[in-house]
Amino acid sequence: MPELSGIGVGRGIAAGPVARMSAPPPAPADEASALSADAETQRVQVAVAEVAAELEARGRTAGGMARDVLEAQAMMAQDPNLYDAVATRLKAGKTGEYAVHEAFAEFRATLEALGGYLGERASDLSDVSQRVIASLRGLPAPGIPDPGHPFILVAEDLAPADTALLNLDQVLALVTIQGGPTSHTAILAREKSITAIVGVAEAESLLEGQQVIVDAGAGAVIADPTQEQLDEAEARRAARAAEAVAPVTPGALADGTAVPLLANLGSAKSSAKAVALGAEGVGLFRTEFLFLSADEAPSVEEQREAYQSVLEAFPGQKVVVRALDAGADKPLSFLNDAPEENPALGLRGLRALMANEQILTDQLTALAQAQENTDADVWVMAPMVSTVEEAEAFTALAKEHGLQTAGVMVEVPSIALMADELLTRTDFASIGTNDLTQYTMAADRLLGSVASLQDPWHPAVLRLIREVGAAGIASKKPVGVCGEAAADPLLAVVLVGLGVNTLSMSPAALADVRAELKLHTLEEARSIAAAALAAATAAQAREAAQTAVQKS
Amino acid sequence: MSSTRTVTVASSQGLHARPAKLFVEAAQASGAQVTIAKGEKSVNAASILGVLSLGVEKNDQVVLTAEGGNEEQTLESLEQFLTTDHDEAS
Repeated sequence: MPELSGIGVGRGIAAGPVARMSAPPPAPADEASALSADAETQRVQVAVAEVAAELEARGRTAGGMARDVLEAQAMMAQDPNLYDAVATRLKAGKTGEYAVHEAFAEFRATLEALGGYLGERASDLSDVSQRVIASLRGLPAPGIPDPGHPFILVAEDLAPADTALLNLDQVLALVTIQGGPTSHTAILAREKSITAIVGVAEAESLLEGQQVIVDAGAGAVIADPTQEQLDEAEARRAARAAEAVAPVTPGALADGTAVPLLANLGSAKSSAKAVALGAEGVGLFRTEFLFLSADEAPSVEEQREAYQSVLEAFPGQKVVVRALDAGADKPLSFLNDAPEENPALGLRGLRALMANEQILTDQLTALAQAQENTDADVWVMAPMVSTVEEAEAFTALAKEHGLQTAGVMVEVPSIALMADELLTRTDFASIGTNDLTQYTMAADRLLGSVASLQDPWHPAVLRLIREVGAAGIASKKPVGVCGEAAADPLLAVVLVGLGVNTLSMSPAALADVRAELKLHTLEEARSIAAAALAAATAAQAREAAQTAVQKS
Repeated sequence: MSSTRTVTVASSQGLHARPAKLFVEAAQASGAQVTIAKGEKSVNAASILGVLSLGVEKNDQVVLTAEGGNEEQTLESLEQFLTTDHDEAS
């Protein structure tokens, strides 16, 4: 029974036939057409009409934002300027395939040269081009397959445009050859609770239609399973489905130690879903949505309304609001418009707010007013804090504005190492594991070529978290985690073992983490954490934790 | 014969994304030959790639020209489109 291994996302399990995502077709060669220019023109017209109709139909099915993207793509396929560029090449005796390829490439280069938003549209144009060429060749369109029955999707990796259209009734699980625990696919899978295993190098060998079991908890893909294995997988799938609909209980370990499970929210809209999935409050409320589409900072009144609508969904519960976290990578012209060579190391987070104190004081004022009008337990925290002085200044400012509980995010190694001094000067710490990993490993979290370093299991990251956890225990101040790491069930256990009190994650991950926590006592969590800490590499830490779980 | 009008774009996303698509649809449906120009560069308003390549931002001035069909009515409705903010909160 061949078993392929990779990095599982969540605890899901699924069985079914493989459908492979077809690779993009090879670029057509520049060769003379055997047909007349008129005949080639006709072929291109038919192919373009077919592709436009297909994109529009997909748009209608997808709805929402995806619909606009797909309809715009359909317009690109039928664009008159593009058509002229194709026609010129057909008249010169090129094949339809080559004329389309070259004309699209020319427009693509124009858009890329413009950069920014238009640069991103360049990949939409490539997708259209590949579809038209596939249609001219009589091949199926590249992209998500549609075999007409539920399937396990096996792909090199998934592009955001592919994932927007995943039909979750049809896709039983995802297996990608590339990708790490924080790849786009992994994040999406976690967000939508899709069973997934990423980085399965050997998945190349899986054949179209082959039966497989995808066991995300074990990080294993079992090809050609026996009936016994299939029955066991089905039993586990059914048990998990039953768990998901069972009444939610507060997060706790097997020995009853409470570990409140909170939600990461980016706007008020998702609060109802978070409550339904059993969030016991909000561990990270991102306020950027209020600012990102604006040319100037929103008024105190606009902000108060937005904050209030979130606070109202969590009466009597904790809501941790993060002050505006922007900088040169999420540029806000009114905050900082100086170009920076290393935006991740630039004037961002609290640094940018301290340089524009009015924006921060407006935000704190609005938040204090929203707190007055609701029953939620409002906590406020500063993003991207690197020194104890910054933490002191922010805490004092928040208290001046009437916010009782003020803390900071631990994302920079310097402040993690100073956690004991930090926690005597502020009320709580919340570890942002994505940025903490990026800064510890000196690896841009948005850069694919260094993605393998962006792994929160790295013992260097775990050691820093240990510092913060230990400082929390010594000072009796709360320490939370609000990064992707909290959504990885096994890593969540490790975090609790390191002294973390609360875990905050995308609401979809709550059920899996809740189920995993229930399996371990605090003592066991500590020994699992110790095993991971003693490892030399991220992979070994993950493995050591898995082994320790089996022993406990 | 053609008619021309200078318009200041109000959409906070400029003529990108959804507003660009809606603008091109409106130009195509008008029955007139419409061009849109920003600075030196003038493009066919029925071409989404042309319109996108102008990189029109909020508060940019563009010149609309219509030829054929009901020129004034076409320009009137396109002007109205450009001076409205089409971005829904997301």
